[in-house]
Amino acid sequence: MRDKSTNLPAHLHDIRQQVERHAREYGLDLFDTVFEVLGFDEINMVAAYGGFPNRYPHWRFGMDYERLSKGYEYGLSKIYEMVINNDPSYAYLLESNMDVDQKLVMAHVFGHVDFFKNNFMFRHTNRKMMDQMANHATRLRRYQDELGVERVEDFIDRCLSLENLIDYQSPYVRRRADPKVAAEQQAHVAMGFKSEREYMRDYINPPAFLKEQQKKIDEELQRNKKLPERPERDVLQFLLEHAPLEPWEHDILSILREEAYYFAPQGQTKIMNEGWATYWHSTIMTQKAVTAAELIDYADHHSGTLATHPGQLNPYKLGVELWRDIEDRWNKGRFGKEYDDCDSFEERRRWDKRAGLGREKIFEVRKHYNDVTFIDEFLTLEFCLDQKLFTFGYNEKHQRWEILERDFKKVKEKLLHMLTNFGQPLIAVEDGNYENRGELLLIHRHDGVDLKIDYARDTIRNLQSMWRRPVNLISKVEGRGVIFRFDGHDHSDRKVEL
Amino acid sequence: MSLKIKQDQARFRDIVRGRIKENLKKYVQKGEMIGKKGKEFITIPVPTIDIPHFRFGEKQQGGVGQGEGDPGDPLSPSQQGDGSGPAGQGEGQHILEVDVSLDELADILGEELQLPRIQPKGKDRIIATRLKYTGVAPSGPESLRHFKRTYKQALRRQIASGSYNHKRPMVVPVREDRRYRTWKQVPLPETNAVVIYMMDVSGSMGDEQKEIVRIESFWIDTWLRKHYKGLETRYIIHDAVAREVDRETFFHTRESGGTMISSAYKLCREMIDAEYGPSAWNIYPLHFSDGDNWSADDTRLCVDLLKNSILPVVNLFCYGQVESPYGSGQFIKDLKETVGASENVSLSEIADKDAIYGSIKQFLGKGK
Repeated sequence: MRDKSTNLPAHLHDIRQQVERHAREYGLDLFDTVFEVLGFDEINMVAAYGGFPNRYPHWRFGMDYERLSKGYEYGLSKIYEMVINNDPSYAYLLESNMDVDQKLVMAHVFGHVDFFKNNFMFRHTNRKMMDQMANHATRLRRYQDELGVERVEDFIDRCLSLENLIDYQSPYVRRRADPKVAAEQQAHVAMGFKSEREYMRDYINPPAFLKEQQKKIDEELQRNKKLPERPERDVLQFLLEHAPLEPWEHDILSILREEAYYFAPQGQTKIMNEGWATYWHSTIMTQKAVTAAELIDYADHHSGTLATHPGQLNPYKLGVELWRDIEDRWNKGRFGKEYDDCDSFEERRRWDKRAGLGREKIFEVRKHYNDVTFIDEFLTLEFCLDQKLFTFGYNEKHQRWEILERDFKKVKEKLLHMLTNFGQPLIAVEDGNYENRGELLLIHRHDGVDLKIDYARDTIRNLQSMWRRPVNLISKVEGRGVIFRFDGHDHSDRKVEL
Repeated sequence: MSLKIKQDQARFRDIVRGRIKENLKKYVQKGEMIGKKGKEFITIPVPTIDIPHFRFGEKQQGGVGQGEGDPGDPLSPSQQGDGSGPAGQGEGQHILEVDVSLDELADILGEELQLPRIQPKGKDRIIATRLKYTGVAPSGPESLRHFKRTYKQALRRQIASGSYNHKRPMVVPVREDRRYRTWKQVPLPETNAVVIYMMDVSGSMGDEQKEIVRIESFWIDTWLRKHYKGLETRYIIHDAVAREVDRETFFHTRESGGTMISSAYKLCREMIDAEYGPSAWNIYPLHFSDGDNWSADDTRLCVDLLKNSILPVVNLFCYGQVESPYGSGQFIKDLKETVGASENVSLSEIADKDAIYGSIKQFLGKGK
């Protein structure tokens, strides 16, 4: 067990050794982890920076910092734990916490570290992000020195407005060329004039002539080629490749895109990841680490993490309950055809085959799932009833938010819908030469929920500022197709048949 | 240590205040200035700037929650902001409800608006003095003897003269070793203050206008209370005639009829003359109206009253004009022309709730 965190005070160092030993004994597979002890001011700063001590200057970090410090000053909230996905992982401890808290936090942190290292969603993330972020900060600072704070910041604001226009799935799939397109391309080889006689062919079609023909065909193809060939969901990448950006703009946009891709898996595994870490801090603490004197404080703080305000979804709570449910089901053998086919409620309730596969199963699940697949596969009817899940919506007539349904299917559907594509609308570049005028056309794949229109307009404006030519977005509003357009001066919408 | 994020924070605050980057101003989301009415509890607004994204409209979206309740039951208000975001998106919009005392609140207000501290007038009219123990002297009454300093002095003398024996550490002070506390007389300036609120309750002042007055006067009250112990408040309402009322009535009456602003100024003058001698009181008359006075003659009378009897005795006269669909808004123009240049007059037009912020700054920014 290598240990780099030599700056930990001796007693915390001992706790850390103890907790890490327990974690590894349970089978958690960890990166080296460096713990830093910070005062509340510093920890708020680091948290506002998204966990990285060195970020580029931008007001939104100040905004988060202000919110965190106000929350802390008025005793409303404080940051318990923070850990970043990096090798070695860095985790931060709040100086003023009690030792029992530090113990809890460390156990929780090791849960996250194991998850970062093993879950497939994180396989493509940069594990040297600590250094990379610092590099980004340096580059952006240099641009600010050269071009002025205001100019660079304005551009960053516009990039941030587009930062969710990335392809959340792309790191995990290889998007293949369409076979039909490939076949068509086959047909575009220059054949020259027909010739019956083999020995005459070179005479009728000299190589220079063939070459010229091929060039013409290629040019023709190039002209007719759609850009992009398939709808491109990584809008930022499309802009990087095709928008007339200045070199510095190009660099900044690529930096922000990279950071967005780095953070994306954390959002896509929030329920699993927090649940996993909570599962492990609770297991390690209650089975091994907590002393009799610390028990009350531990219970108090643990229950604080899991508190659900009536009607709210707490990812820690939902996550840990699901993990426990899976463990329990696989321990009792409540899976497979026999169990699924059993429709006696009573029998199912008492089902226990003493399979004892729970631990093994959850370790496997933590490797191969993300929130969407996790919920899809493991959220059962029994769980839904047990946890009192419901859907809610806005009732126009009563002008208030109301509980809608407790029906299992509806709840699960809604939950999955919220998680799909990270809860963001699906928007892709359809055409980079729309109407043959070099305009940009995006299509929103409408799935029942309209866009927030004023925001959509402003976002289109930001897109236009990068694309330079007019930008169009096809979406639906109240069931009708609409094209939103911004041409650099004015917004306009018109109806369109979909 | 100064953290580097403080620069980002300062920049963020500047944006929220609308000092820089006007283009972001419309994305600033602000909470209410007053949350709960009554005692010392208040909602602290935590402004955020929401950069526009392509995202779903909220009302159609809904979400999933956990807890008791039947279909059709309303969610409690606190759930609405939080619950509606997908679980994966992190925090929703938080409006923190914070308990702070009014004193802290005034500090926050002062800091946010960068208000100067009030310089109470009448520093030269010293009414009371207070004793303050400030130092140590070699002579004084025995009752004020400073035991520790005396002991130290004796010890120092004994060591210097070589008579101190550490095996038998006895320290005996002599007359010259004794030290006594001394005091100073500190003048205690009289800081009595009175705020006289005047409001136009003629037919043209609607509920929205009154709400503005209520919010604005609450903050002014809070600020002044911080600077003066024992702040008195008086309330005058007027349409064509003026009368004194209590606080509750002040904010809730709706009269109808014409407007004679001079009636209020007259009553205000009488009040000052009778009860608040300018030598002992800091006086703050605040007047809110929609600026639609009955006649030019009456306006002339008002200006007269202000110039000759009110302005000479008060710290600051504030006139806030709320925009109303009926008013002509002439009054503030007349005041600007006649008394606008005076040191202790502050005039402000309040178009809507958003303008309250700027108006408070205008009123209190003079540091009077």
